[in-house]
Amino acid sequence: MKTLRLALKNLLRYKRRTLLTGLLITVGVVAVIVFVGLSGSFKQAIVGQITDSVLSHLQVHRRGYLASIDNLPLDRMVSSRAFDKLSGVLSRDPGVKAFSPRIKFGAMLSNYAQTTNARLNGIDPEKELAVVPLLATRVKNAARKNPLLEKGEVLLPEVLALGMGIQSGDTIVLVANNKDGSVNGMTFRVAGVVEGLMGPGGRDGYLHIDDAVALLRMETPEISEVAVRVQHFHQLGAVAGRLRGALDLLTNEQNKPLFEVHTWNQLTPFYNVVRMIDIMTLGIKMILIAVVLISVLNVMMMSVYERVREIGTLVAMGTRPGRIMALFVAEGFCLGLVSTLAGAAIGLAVLWMLRLTGVEVAFGGANQVFSLNPTIALWEVLSAALIVLGISVLASLQPAAKAARLEPVEALRHI
Amino acid sequence: MDIVIFEEVSKTYRMGDVDVAALRDVSFAIPQGAFTSLVGPSGSGKTTALNLIGCLDQPSQGVVTVAGRPISGMGRREGAIFRGQTLGFVFQDFNLLPVLTVFENVEYPLLMIRNVPKSQRKPAVDRVLAAVAMEDQAGKYPSQLSGGQKQRVAIARALVGNPALVLADEPTANLDGNTAHKVVELMKSMRDEFGTTFVFSTHDPRIMDQAEVTIHLEDGRLVPGSDSVKGGPS
Repeated sequence: MKTLRLALKNLLRYKRRTLLTGLLITVGVVAVIVFVGLSGSFKQAIVGQITDSVLSHLQVHRRGYLASIDNLPLDRMVSSRAFDKLSGVLSRDPGVKAFSPRIKFGAMLSNYAQTTNARLNGIDPEKELAVVPLLATRVKNAARKNPLLEKGEVLLPEVLALGMGIQSGDTIVLVANNKDGSVNGMTFRVAGVVEGLMGPGGRDGYLHIDDAVALLRMETPEISEVAVRVQHFHQLGAVAGRLRGALDLLTNEQNKPLFEVHTWNQLTPFYNVVRMIDIMTLGIKMILIAVVLISVLNVMMMSVYERVREIGTLVAMGTRPGRIMALFVAEGFCLGLVSTLAGAAIGLAVLWMLRLTGVEVAFGGANQVFSLNPTIALWEVLSAALIVLGISVLASLQPAAKAARLEPVEALRHI
Repeated sequence: MDIVIFEEVSKTYRMGDVDVAALRDVSFAIPQGAFTSLVGPSGSGKTTALNLIGCLDQPSQGVVTVAGRPISGMGRREGAIFRGQTLGFVFQDFNLLPVLTVFENVEYPLLMIRNVPKSQRKPAVDRVLAAVAMEDQAGKYPSQLSGGQKQRVAIARALVGNPALVLADEPTANLDGNTAHKVVELMKSMRDEFGTTFVFSTHDPRIMDQAEVTIHLEDGRLVPGSDSVKGGPS
């Protein structure tokens, strides 16, 4: 304590220099906290949007389906019997909150004037909303919100509806091949338009799963994928691991696992954007480290150089080398500590103000604007503080060691 | 009993490619409690002798014994501990810590070197500040003091730990004649009050006469008959 008190007094000896250096470190800490807070909430919001409105937290497919998902193959579906077994495993896992079967297929869509191809998902509306609750927010001009659609109705992707001039209430025709190659067509009423979202499934249309079964002339329903929502997102890895373990026991005739489990990050290229945000966060922390290292090292070297005679006096009086070293390390530590406290306070205040004023970000469709809720985890603040304190001490070590090694006779002669 | 003993001490410094002898075969002894001056012209070896007594340097040859301990072979840490326990220093430029008040400067050796508890520090500091008549300036910083006041604080700092020996390197060099005389008188009275041995280097003839033991050095050699004792502690 006495060493810290003396260190603080010595820091205040060169007020302007200490203030400027402290300010530099403070700005660095503020930058890290604000960036981590904004990027973290952006990441959270975007990941939430993708998982809660399209992908769900994890998906289960028949082994090999995902490799061909772009073709929407109908010959790699999960049979009714296999789906029953899968349902049993999912129902028994305490980490699973809800799951929803989907039938994904491609179809020709006609409004009697134009024809185009479309990707469609046959869903059970209630189960689907339980796994992707934000899907409802993406539906414009919806005939109803709950259920999103009924049998005989379809939700069309916005880009497709706009391009063909289709509006809610219009009638369209869907024509699809089943897995045997035979063609079937059915008419549907448009119940709403789904806003686009980046990533797989972001431009898909929806219809009732029973209609998909009928359109594809399935004798017994076959499922393309099962979307799963977990109880707690932070336990996703553990739940996925458990499910993989349990599902690996369900094998096909070749005694190979029947299913494969993929978490959201394995399903969307957006995960690379998330990783890029993490790399940028690491980058800004590296910049902070460099700022602290150079600033503190510079200040402490100057401090030792300017106080050579004083150090000689302290040594002559009997101050031990370890205490001399501790004095200078304590100065660097105090500089880092005060700057960190100031930086953390200002950074958190900025985040708080951003929360009050609101930060809006457009994502996916042009109309898809949502507010960020900039927050930062306590451990992130602590990690920034520990980085600054650790680097401050590290940067002080060399000048402090130099001070402790000074020969008193030489030091006392220094002008 | 002698508190400082020099036995055929030589000290040589290397300056570039040349060896410079600062002390050559110097032998003398300083009795405990003696008010001692090291005198001689600039470059005579006064400061070198003082540095050796203060365990700030090591002799090239010979033996230096301070308070019964030979200083040869003392490491940095060991030397620091010895100085902290046994010696006090007064410098020509006072060398007070500018960020500390008068009280804190005097308290420094007890707080940072001897780890004396707070309950014992304050009375000790108050006692020496009163002895040097600086008790009413305790809250001031060195920049607010005159040269004479600073040197009085430096003397208080040197004495606060009750050292056996106080070393003063040209303590009056930066003071006017009147103040220099007062500082020497103060050191003498401190010697009388605390029983501390004072060794100071000087080439000021006005204060040389105040010494009871005079060690006269020239060109690194002891001038024969110079370590005469003119008087002892009262």
